[in-house]
Amino acid sequence: MPATSGAVFTALADPTRRALFERLSREGELTVRLLTDNSGVSQPAVSKHLGVLKHAGLVRARHRGRQTHYSAQPRALAPLVDWMSYYSRFWHDRFDRLEDLLKGMDQ
Amino acid sequence: MTTTARSLVIEKELPHPPEKVWRALTEGSLIEHWLMDNDFQPVVGHKFSFRSTPVPNWNGVIEGEVLVIEPNSRLSYSWATMGMKSVVAWTLTPTKDGTRLRMEHSGFRSEEDAAYKGASYGWQKFIGNLERVVGGLE
Repeated sequence: MPATSGAVFTALADPTRRALFERLSREGELTVRLLTDNSGVSQPAVSKHLGVLKHAGLVRARHRGRQTHYSAQPRALAPLVDWMSYYSRFWHDRFDRLEDLLKGMDQ
Repeated sequence: MTTTARSLVIEKELPHPPEKVWRALTEGSLIEHWLMDNDFQPVVGHKFSFRSTPVPNWNGVIEGEVLVIEPNSRLSYSWATMGMKSVVAWTLTPTKDGTRLRMEHSGFRSEEDAAYKGASYGWQKFIGNLERVVGGLE
């Protein structure tokens, strides 16, 4: 497992955080208030989720006046693509081992 | 890349009968030889762990639950690690010379329980676009 992927996986394992990240990816820079409106989630909860996304490098915060504007950082998704190549190597290797095992097994 | 689920598929023709391949996929002592140390049992609903050597930032443990058991034909289990849930599905098809073995590892399940109303875009579709998004950055 690529060492850098843990925080990204943890951040995106939560459906609320995924939704926040998807929305920022789609709509560009948004404030916490805009992200909270009509979301069914409280503003402190949204802020907390944004903190986790920020820690994982998935969003960037920009302070302007009293407002904080958040934007998505899609480059941080690279570990998810690495995940596919990781498991591709992993399963090809395990298939080889499985074939070796089958050769050695009785019918 | 399509907009459906991101998944990894490996297919191989094996010169062994399905019954034998099935044993290798479902008997704990055999699984240990080619996959990982485990407490697997071929019973739907059974929860098990695959354990490999821990590495930095990963404890080496994969938690699973048996989802489908159709002897000599279909096997599926969940595969959860690092807070990420996925599903591994095996299909065995008898052939003239043995078995066609297909494995599909679906990386992400769509979440039905999205607590946030903005989640209408669909996680599967989103993941489907990831590779293009990241690939287009350089």
